[in-house]
Amino acid sequence: MNGSGPATRTLIVAVVVTAIGAFAVTALLINIFQREQESKHTFFRVVELNDRIDDPAVWGKNFPFQYDAYLRTVDQVRTRYGGSEAIPRTPTNVDPRSVVAQSKLEADPRLKTIWAGYAFARDFREDRGHAYMLDDQTYTERQIAVKQPGTCLQCHASVYTAMMDLGNGDVLKGFEKMNGLPYADARKLVKHPVSCIDCHAPDTMQLRITRPAFIEGIRALKARDGIENYDVNTMATRQELRAFVCAQCHVEYYFKGTEKRLTFPWANGLHADDILAYYEATQFKDWVHADTGAPLLKAQHPEFEMWSQGIHARSGVACADCHMPYKREGGMKISDHHVRSPLLNINRACQTCHKWPEAELKARVEMIQDRTFELRNRAMDALVALIADLKAARETGASSEQLARAQAFHRQGQFLFDFVEAENSTGFHAPQEAARILGQAIDLVRQGQLSLRGR
Amino acid sequence: MPFRSALLVWLLALSMGLTVGVGLYTFVYARGASYLTDDPKACVNCHVMRNEYDGWVKASHRQAAVCNDCHTPDGIVPKYASKAYNGFLHSVAFTSGHVPDAIQLKPYTRAITDHACLKCHADIVEALRVERGQELSCLRCHRNVGHQ
Repeated sequence: MNGSGPATRTLIVAVVVTAIGAFAVTALLINIFQREQESKHTFFRVVELNDRIDDPAVWGKNFPFQYDAYLRTVDQVRTRYGGSEAIPRTPTNVDPRSVVAQSKLEADPRLKTIWAGYAFARDFREDRGHAYMLDDQTYTERQIAVKQPGTCLQCHASVYTAMMDLGNGDVLKGFEKMNGLPYADARKLVKHPVSCIDCHAPDTMQLRITRPAFIEGIRALKARDGIENYDVNTMATRQELRAFVCAQCHVEYYFKGTEKRLTFPWANGLHADDILAYYEATQFKDWVHADTGAPLLKAQHPEFEMWSQGIHARSGVACADCHMPYKREGGMKISDHHVRSPLLNINRACQTCHKWPEAELKARVEMIQDRTFELRNRAMDALVALIADLKAARETGASSEQLARAQAFHRQGQFLFDFVEAENSTGFHAPQEAARILGQAIDLVRQGQLSLRGR
Repeated sequence: MPFRSALLVWLLALSMGLTVGVGLYTFVYARGASYLTDDPKACVNCHVMRNEYDGWVKASHRQAAVCNDCHTPDGIVPKYASKAYNGFLHSVAFTSGHVPDAIQLKPYTRAITDHACLKCHADIVEALRVERGQELSCLRCHRNVGHQ
């Protein structure tokens, strides 16, 4: 009687332990089963897409993983030189935004001197994720400073369906009509920031170019290389398109003529000096500097052009490889539609090719950026000094030839400096090219100062 | 009391039997036996190494070496000890879902792979091998031969 007590207890413990074991093994079995299932799951078509649906939520029903990631471009995260901080502001009737990015003008007031007389000296903020592109353009104070044309929307909204509607199915006609509209009128025709349809064909999901300015720009560039009548949508490879779709907007551009046609100045090539030569030949100017009277050029985010000069482009690495790297969702391999800085995603963005620790890779990038930033600061100091000299020379009645010579140096130096300043990689996309351009800019600006001293 | 004891023994027998049964089924369903072989397909039972497998299929060493030739040490005991240890870590990682998209060698698995080159190429690199301090790493330059 007394002996059966412990034996019973031992048996009960044994049953409990076995039960826990059985519980764990069954949980493992179910987990393995689920992993097997997710590797089979691929794609369910729940809506029919067509060429007139610009609402990304509709596309997202068929592609929920891509859509979820796309929605995350609302994130505001800083890197050392880029990224945005969420700065709270009090909404007004004119500008209902309650959060904006930090002001670059406040961070470095030299920019106000450099861009004096231009709308950028009034409001210029760090750029935020794709999700904000339309709001940030609609409400920037630059809209108040200058009457903007509908052309601006080419890169701040999903305009493909709007162009199709305006042109009755002819994108090129719609493009021309939209360029001619005042911004406020054109703004009413669009609803979304960049959307699925801007890069993807609705029937096959293949990448495609929807922006006429890129089609014309790349045609001019290829013609220079001896390829006549280049048609990007039939002649580009898939890997080329993984950079070209981004280059529909992340490029230097200007509004040509009174019809304000969006134009990429690539007929002489993609180097900063090629583009400057193009502008010198066409005598285009963005604005006249308030202090120096020089007809100046403002460079705009030439990421594609800068990347083209770098080692990654030469190795066939496209924008999407680092900014939208492949990731696993269950058993599926998809490209990450949360477009962002590779520095926030080093494992997928860099370590697929570069088998080094994350800290080492980040240090390499930041070393390049530190060096570029130092050169950029030197170029800015030089520019500010030239502006002061030119202003003084005008006030003390220097001869018009002397002024014209210095203004020409100001124009060239300003554009080359801005080419690196406006480019969103602080030199990383092509380190030596960025340094070469800044070196050239500093030299031109100092030559401008010397020319005023009568040498 | 004998009746109660007998009942408990039966209950224990039943629960142990069930556990062993479910365990065996799980082993078979998860293709557990395949992990004891050298078949590269075993490494893509789960999809984490799909890219590496696809790369190996197209790489130069496909004709000469399978995964285990380069990723396990020589000798039957070290080999299966390494398989057991890494296999356990891999199952934990995959079950918990904590796997980076670009998977990486740990220092000791890298050492195994570095050393594995010598299984075939020892004669060729004999003159290159520096015994003083750190040995030269084959992988530092030749990391693409197995898969990329």
